[in-house]
Amino acid sequence: MMASGASVSPAIHTLAANGLRLERGSRSIFDGVSFTVGSGQALMLRGANGSGKTSLLRTLAGLTLPDAGAVMWDGAVLKPLAAEWRGAALYLGHTNALKDDLSAQENLVDALSIDGMEASQPAQLDALEKVGLLERRLVLARRLSQGQKRRVGLARLLLARAQMPLKSLWLLDEPTNALDESGVSLFTRLISDHLDNGGMACIATHLELKLAAPTNELNLDALVRN
Amino acid sequence: MIARQTAVATTFAPEHGFLVAFARDVRLAVRSKGEVIQALAFFVVVVSLFPLAIGPESVLLKRIAPGVVWVAALLSVLLTLPRILASDYADGTLDQLALSVYPLPAIMAGKIVAHWLMAGLPLALMSPLRGFQFGLESRELVVLYASLMLGTPVLSMIGAIGAALTIGVRGGSILLALLVLPLYIPVLIFGAGAVEQAMVGIDASANLSLLGAILLLGGLVVPFAVAVAVKISLD
Repeated sequence: MMASGASVSPAIHTLAANGLRLERGSRSIFDGVSFTVGSGQALMLRGANGSGKTSLLRTLAGLTLPDAGAVMWDGAVLKPLAAEWRGAALYLGHTNALKDDLSAQENLVDALSIDGMEASQPAQLDALEKVGLLERRLVLARRLSQGQKRRVGLARLLLARAQMPLKSLWLLDEPTNALDESGVSLFTRLISDHLDNGGMACIATHLELKLAAPTNELNLDALVRN
Repeated sequence: MIARQTAVATTFAPEHGFLVAFARDVRLAVRSKGEVIQALAFFVVVVSLFPLAIGPESVLLKRIAPGVVWVAALLSVLLTLPRILASDYADGTLDQLALSVYPLPAIMAGKIVAHWLMAGLPLALMSPLRGFQFGLESRELVVLYASLMLGTPVLSMIGAIGAALTIGVRGGSILLALLVLPLYIPVLIFGAGAVEQAMVGIDASANLSLLGAILLLGGLVVPFAVAVAVKISLD
């Protein structure tokens, strides 16, 4: 499967969770979470506030260790934060991971370089224009509104999309929070394109996104609790 | 497929990760110059308090100079420790660093060196001037300077371990001080001891060599320890 150049079509991957359980103290956050997502598919995580969507996304990212169960990539158990996992997973948390003292554009460039990516100046400007931040690109992140901070994250996704298979598994925590209508439709298009390219996404959201690609739903409220 | 992904991942050299983290933290520190200058000013003020409190007895002042400068340097570094990891944790960038394609120890090494550059190095550069105030002679000033140049990176390293362990703990800054200060003791003893030896005319190279040895050992071990501590704290 090394890059011999024989195959042009995007590689098919599967991400699977196998009986994931997470406890905090004596409280069970979630238990028995199992699902499979393939390339080009999205998994929508549903559930009330506090139902464990963020914890599950962090577990899928490898940041939190499950108390039972495993996350599998192409059928093999993933070691949390192993190199191939870090290469595949892009996590966008509910905090925006922006530095207040850096401008929108600087934050974007820094986030990309941490992801191991580079984008040319025109590509950066293009992405910032698409998310509507071109005029505000030199403004410090502390002066951006919540929605604009979210849009910096969208610009990062936009540029990451071109870097497949690097960071092709998107783990997004409430990505549409604070976004206005145009932001949400921008995000929907972004996800659709990503899935069309053979990417994968797990999205915690309360919105009904109109995606053409096949989506699975996982409702954390419906899980049996003890 | 995993083989292919791994091949992608291994093209990311640790030294590049080091540079990414280093450049980022230096730029952030330059942006908030105030914090760097405040820590340095704190150092200067604390050192200057002693002559005022003790009085102008030049023999006594000279006697305590190494200890005073070293303790002040230690406290000043302690004040800047939250900058290493706490702010990255608060705004979520620490998650991004943990998920970076670059190995976490390399990133942490970059952050530690950046911290030393902005917190430890200014103190070491400033120290001959402070020592001069206390009446130290040039040979002693050189030893004081050398001891701080060797010792302050160790303060950043030990501090980074403490900072990583206290991420997200409420009241973490006091806990951090309680955790880190006892670990600073060997550095303090060797550092201040080197200057004292120079003052009584003994060759200070033994103490300086020990500081250098701690520095080298720390450089090998600490980035890995900090990376493990960060992973545990993020869990």
